[in-house]
Amino acid sequence: MSAQAPAAAESPGEATREQMNIVIVGHVDHGKSTLVGRLLADTESIDPAKIEQVRELCARQGKRFEYAFLLDALEAERDQGITIDAARCFFRSDLRDYILIDAPGHIEFLKNMISGAARAEAAVLLIDAAEGVRENSRRHGYMLGLLGIRQVVVAVNKLDMVGYDRAVFDRIEAEYRAFLTRIDLEPAAFVPVSALAGDNLIGPSEKTPWYDGPSVLAAVDAFAKAPAPAEKPLRMPVQDVYRFNREGDTRRIIAGRITAGRLSVGDDVVFEPSGKRTRIASIEGFSEPTRLSVEAGRSTGITMTEQIYVARGDVMAHADRPPRVSNRLRANLFWLGRQPLRRGRTYKLKMATFSGLCEVEQLIEVMDASALSDAGHPDRVERHEVAEVVLRLRRPMACDLSHEFVETSRFVLVDGYDVAGGGIVRDVLAAGDEDDAVRWTTEVGAINRPLREAKHGHRALLLVLHDDLDQNGRALAAALEESLWTGGKSVYRLDLAPGDVQKVGPGELAPRSITLGLVAGLLNAGQIVIATVPWSDDHTHDEALRMPGLDVVPQCQVRFRTGGDDQGPVAGESLDDDRDWALDPSLEPRALHDVIKRRLERLLAG
Amino acid sequence: MDHLARLESQSVYILREAYKSFKNLCMLWSIGKDSTVMLWLARKAFFGHVPFPLVHIDTSYKIPSMIAYRDKLALEWNLTMVVGQNEEALADGMNHTRGRLTCCTALKTRALKQTLDGTGPRYRLMPDGRYYPDPNREPYTGVIVGARGDEEGSRSKERYFSPRGVDNDWDLDDQPPELWNQFKTDFAPGTHIRIHPLLDWTEINIWEYIERENIPIIDLYFDRGNGRRYRSLGCDPCTADVRSRACTPGEIITELKVTNVAERSGRAQDQEDPHAMEKLRRDGYM
Repeated sequence: MSAQAPAAAESPGEATREQMNIVIVGHVDHGKSTLVGRLLADTESIDPAKIEQVRELCARQGKRFEYAFLLDALEAERDQGITIDAARCFFRSDLRDYILIDAPGHIEFLKNMISGAARAEAAVLLIDAAEGVRENSRRHGYMLGLLGIRQVVVAVNKLDMVGYDRAVFDRIEAEYRAFLTRIDLEPAAFVPVSALAGDNLIGPSEKTPWYDGPSVLAAVDAFAKAPAPAEKPLRMPVQDVYRFNREGDTRRIIAGRITAGRLSVGDDVVFEPSGKRTRIASIEGFSEPTRLSVEAGRSTGITMTEQIYVARGDVMAHADRPPRVSNRLRANLFWLGRQPLRRGRTYKLKMATFSGLCEVEQLIEVMDASALSDAGHPDRVERHEVAEVVLRLRRPMACDLSHEFVETSRFVLVDGYDVAGGGIVRDVLAAGDEDDAVRWTTEVGAINRPLREAKHGHRALLLVLHDDLDQNGRALAAALEESLWTGGKSVYRLDLAPGDVQKVGPGELAPRSITLGLVAGLLNAGQIVIATVPWSDDHTHDEALRMPGLDVVPQCQVRFRTGGDDQGPVAGESLDDDRDWALDPSLEPRALHDVIKRRLERLLAG
Repeated sequence: MDHLARLESQSVYILREAYKSFKNLCMLWSIGKDSTVMLWLARKAFFGHVPFPLVHIDTSYKIPSMIAYRDKLALEWNLTMVVGQNEEALADGMNHTRGRLTCCTALKTRALKQTLDGTGPRYRLMPDGRYYPDPNREPYTGVIVGARGDEEGSRSKERYFSPRGVDNDWDLDDQPPELWNQFKTDFAPGTHIRIHPLLDWTEINIWEYIERENIPIIDLYFDRGNGRRYRSLGCDPCTADVRSRACTPGEIITELKVTNVAERSGRAQDQEDPHAMEKLRRDGYM
């Protein structure tokens, strides 16, 4: 039962004016900053004294005054005449307050354009009448669609440069409307504008008698403020769990922001992906009246009737309307990273409060967003390109699809220290195959493998010994474990049974995948792992314990082969090139041990 | 939800993200209205608690009642109060007559850097109302700052989570992307992150919220009978009051809706150079 009581105790009345965030986008030099500066000046949203101050500064520096200077407040920008980062400015119409986000149009600064646009609810896209539709006119249009901005006004700017020619305006409108149709974006209006002269900015212009549509300001005022999605099913990504008992506070509070729906005291809720259930006992707050119900948009906190284990990244929902759970997602994304996104590489995925490692399993399509054409390199996504991909997470997560929910369907990918891309979930796919056990093990935290290795004084390493019928492998493994241990190394030995390493069909969580998970865990703990694999006559175990996700850890295999050519390391040989060693089982056990140990020690030091 | 409730919700969300992401987190409290609102928002976010230290950079030239107000509230609200100071520069007699930017750089920017990275002195307020050397000298890796986007140009380009280099510098020509409330919480050793929960607030929003929440703001902002009040607080020698009879947040809001005077017009250091604030901020100023 999920009680959907109406929000009872919301804040008193609309004490303040409505506010909307608008981003201004378009190709470089198409006049975005000029348009914003002029809008600010004409609506007297900016202190006339500041305009004077900038005029004076220009005069002193021997430059012509430009409206763009009002925004391009940074020195570098004023010197170079381009916008580098998205600036925010505050602007009022009779209807509401606006934050105008002036986004840079230069391709180098696409990440800043996206950062600006990601905060916006609607957009004004500028196209230079003289230059026409350019690559960033299209790229920015595509990004708006991907960022979920559906309310767009297109301003065809610098009409004064083409003599207010209607034919030019009509041609640009036809061309760009066709492009937007392809990406399923319906603009609210096309407005002929001269930002410099102020035509059709805040009212109709005499220069365009052939145009009877709205001014830019009127079109923007006509945008609808999207209501917080309170009528949708409940979603509250868990942000944190608090217990401030040091100060005598015994409450255990689950904190988070409700991203959709509403919740009330007494509601039955489920936390995904764990599927754990409980009931809301109270809604907590500080210096506010007791609430029985809260709705979308609010940062809040709840206590539960039963104390179940809940962690950041879980999504709380009503028990009868849960989100999806999977470890494989089909998604559309844009890429901003300095290094291209590559298939098979691992990135950190962050969605709402969830964070986890994921691998790029498949690149379905890689596109140049400015031309909507195939990028021509199916193995990677270069900076500023867009793609449709399949991502595979190491552990399952709760999420929704982009057409259902906003906050719980969009994600960013982190490469190194920086956000390098963003995307939206189109579909969740069936869980991945058996190797998932490897991927699910040990999320890398602050105490990571390199730290543990430093403490152990050697690297982690995996040595797989293929046993022979005489079980020379097991004997050798035991001897190696003992001598490495005596030598101060952290080492762990596994004797595996045939079932532990046999491959089975996809989707089954077989003993093999448990083995792989165990080995991955030990390696992440910085251990030297020695695993003996039972003898097989058909070589089905040849790839027995290859750990695809742990390429940085040295992995080597030893086989016994009569007449094996490996009698010992050759001076100067590179162990990196050949880690598949064949040994003659007729050698003395002591000699076998010494050969392998010497090689291991070189690898461990490396 | 109205606009103020949305601003509050976003700020609370940012504060909780900061608390989750940084082991060594602190909040800069200048005693002014903005950072006092931010402190109030922290109590909202953590249900009455403030689970990180408040750091105040004391130039020694602050208006004296600011210090009394700071200590009173810190004891009342059970805050971990840490004060830092550039003692070397003060011993050397640093003051604004040596040049305002020089003075700001020494007593604010450098003092802040030393306090944050733990190389300078840190004093901590104890229950007896006195300050003692703070045993914690670990660098703060997350620093919450009350900068607002509408204050001046360079602040309007800030991120909510904004990285600072090893020398505290702000590389604003190459800021990382920030979208969908996914903030930069990964950073290289030696660097730190500035967190700006008030970026979307305007001066009027601050006063509207003070009024709505009944936040005990320092009385220097109100007319105390002489027809003058402060609009922005700083060091005594470099901060001018303005002519105003406003005694309540409501009266201040009414006044702000018609004024054309810039908020920081009473702050002398801004007037030294048209890019003063950007230069100071590139070097690590708040």
